[in-house]
Amino acid sequence: MGTVLATGNQAAGQVLAMAGEANRSARGCGGGAYPITPQTEIAEYLTGHQFAKGSFVTAESEHSAMAVCIGASVMGARSFTASSSNGLLYMTENVFAAGYCRLPLVMVVCNRTIGPPWNIWVDQGDSLAMRDSAWLQFYCESHQDLVDTILLSFRVAEDERVLLPAMVAQDGFLISHTAMRVDIPEQGEVDRYLPALRLPQRLRPDHPVLYGSITLPRETENHRRDLEAAMAQVPIVLAEAIDEFESVFGRRPHGAFSAEQTADADAVLVASSTMSRTARRVVERRRARGEKIGLVGAKLFRPFLRPELVGAIGSAKRVAVLDRNLSPGSGGIFWNEVAVSLRQRADVVLQGYLMGLGGGDVTDGHVEAALDDLLGLAESGEPVFFPARVA
Amino acid sequence: MNAHVADGLLRAGNANCAGCGMTLGLRWFGEALAGTTPLLAIPPCCATVTSGLFPTTAYHAPGIATTFASSAAVGSGMSRVLRQNNEDQPVVCWTGDGGTYDIGMATLSAAAERNEDVIYVCYDNEIYGNTGGQRSSATPMGAKTTTSARGKVERKKDIMAIMAAHRVPYAASLSLAHHDDFVRKVKLALGLGGFRFLLMLSPCPAGWKCQPDESVALVRMAVGCGIYPVFEVFDGVRYRVNVRPDGTPLEDYLARQKRFKSEGLDVDFLQADVSARWTQLRALEEASPAEDEECATLDDVQTPAVAVSCEVRS
Ligand SMILES: Cc1ncc(C[n+]2csc(CCOP(=O)(O)OP(=O)(O)O)c2C)c(N)n1
Ligand code: SF4
Ligand SMILES: [Mg+2]
Repeated sequence: MGTVLATGNQAAGQVLAMAGEANRSARGCGGGAYPITPQTEIAEYLTGHQFAKGSFVTAESEHSAMAVCIGASVMGARSFTASSSNGLLYMTENVFAAGYCRLPLVMVVCNRTIGPPWNIWVDQGDSLAMRDSAWLQFYCESHQDLVDTILLSFRVAEDERVLLPAMVAQDGFLISHTAMRVDIPEQGEVDRYLPALRLPQRLRPDHPVLYGSITLPRETENHRRDLEAAMAQVPIVLAEAIDEFESVFGRRPHGAFSAEQTADADAVLVASSTMSRTARRVVERRRARGEKIGLVGAKLFRPFLRPELVGAIGSAKRVAVLDRNLSPGSGGIFWNEVAVSLRQRADVVLQGYLMGLGGGDVTDGHVEAALDDLLGLAESGEPVFFPARVA
Repeated sequence: MNAHVADGLLRAGNANCAGCGMTLGLRWFGEALAGTTPLLAIPPCCATVTSGLFPTTAYHAPGIATTFASSAAVGSGMSRVLRQNNEDQPVVCWTGDGGTYDIGMATLSAAAERNEDVIYVCYDNEIYGNTGGQRSSATPMGAKTTTSARGKVERKKDIMAIMAAHRVPYAASLSLAHHDDFVRKVKLALGLGGFRFLLMLSPCPAGWKCQPDESVALVRMAVGCGIYPVFEVFDGVRYRVNVRPDGTPLEDYLARQKRFKSEGLDVDFLQADVSARWTQLRALEEASPAEDEECATLDDVQTPAVAVSCEVRS
């Protein structure tokens, strides 16, 4: 398809559909979708698309949309959907069901503030609320990152060593509704990258099993151990998927964490989604002034690869985590993960900054100020709202 | 493992209580399947427990345990993928009244509205059996449950009327006391396409406080006194009563179940309700197009058919 001007939602809809088409020589694709701002265009695209082998159900709710995906997937189809905010929360029970049933679905989440009070702008709290659902979670920083990560996520999710669903998050409006130049692959390339889905637990008429029925604590604990073991395979499978991506599409998306100018850094910013790009500009400006500042772009949130993060941070003695989300009573959710990862690094001053909650702007100025704050700290502190006062 | 359902849908070792109506229902349903293997979607309810512990199953067919409100939507996804692969196995949602009348109502309604190619069976034990016998909107007025200690105050929801109002190709109530009619209707449903709804009054000795060996007799009485009408509706417009009440007194049916020994039981009101329902049913039956008349179905028209649009084809 080449380079086109597309919004995040247009690009996501097209790439999801191409992934579905790529399974046409096997059992096809299918699923359900339900509209919610800012995801709506994806639901419209999927339910309106004429698939060579597949169809989308215009469900009556997100709960059912995910249920349709579960039904389609367990019959061997490639399945995917998209949601946001309260829609995702309404879907929650079946989000967990898909994760626990090891169904390799892909869901694009357009991050949006949870209400009431109602607010349609970006906040990562919706997808992060699903962090314990046994789904992989990717947070994309750009339109191209979104396209590439959707393709990567199918590859990783469907790998038999993983077999877990994947959420691919984009910032509502900031990506979903802005148009940028983006490379959309050809169907032939997607066909090459995504082999036919072979779901080991597919229901087959000659094999009676009630998939997901009753288990006792012993089997349940084994199941949870299996989930953890599958998550542990993600780094290996993701690395392979990135190599393969490069050979098919000629681009190399970054993995769980990007380590940018961290090798000699005194201080490192950890940021996700579009905040990474704002932080990148700040890092470049500071570097130009001779300051040793680095950036870790956090893309993969589940599994959270702690050793990789520690490696990406390197020897920096100061770390700031930018969170566009809040777990009331506990601070930023990325900060929590980073704090656990750095638990053996008593030499690090770690500070969490809560910014842009409910879609407030995160400007270069905000990030500069947070960085200055970090550089002046004597010790680690509890996460703070930043700037201290809402403008 | 080479399984087919020639020898029944339910195998030995299932976990149902003695005298459970659902057990008999599964056996007769399996008989009607006559060797066809269905794919099951089962929400949490006694029928999940029926299966026993994973990975063994008492069902002689594959299936998925869905979340409580989701069986009709999971079934929709399953049947679409089967059909796009030119596979014709029936998808059967096997559900309780809680998953049908209550928490799954919106899901059921939507799948019916979309006319998904699914057979939806509700075994109606008139309580949440799995959680120990709480009221549902299928619990009859006057019945005691653990959440209606003095007898339920509200009337039972008329699910057949609701499904008929969706103008699904086929909706029928099955009687566990009328084997031939039961099997005929399941076979008929299996031969049709689109959304098919089957209701089955399913005695639950544990919740109804009745004797396990009386289940079939109780259904016979429920049909006989008219509290459980046995009929079928085609396309939401053509009604056919299959078994008519035989004058069994309503009190006799109630008296056999301790759940109706409640302060809240008003037999006169219940009787009036039953009579009113039958007046309505008879009128619907009389107003139905004759059997050899075809009424407009979804295949014929763009917009769903309504009673007045039924035309006689010569
Ligand atoms: C969302 C959700 N809420 C509550 C439950 C608990 N629960 C499991 S089965 C059940 C009642 C089922 O009743 P019914 O559908 O009538 O089937 P029965 O148990 O009578 O066979 C309830 C309340 C659940 N599993 N999921
Ligand atoms: S509780 Fe009732 S419905 Fe459930 S298995 Fe026992 S008899 Fe059957
Ligand atoms: Mg019940």
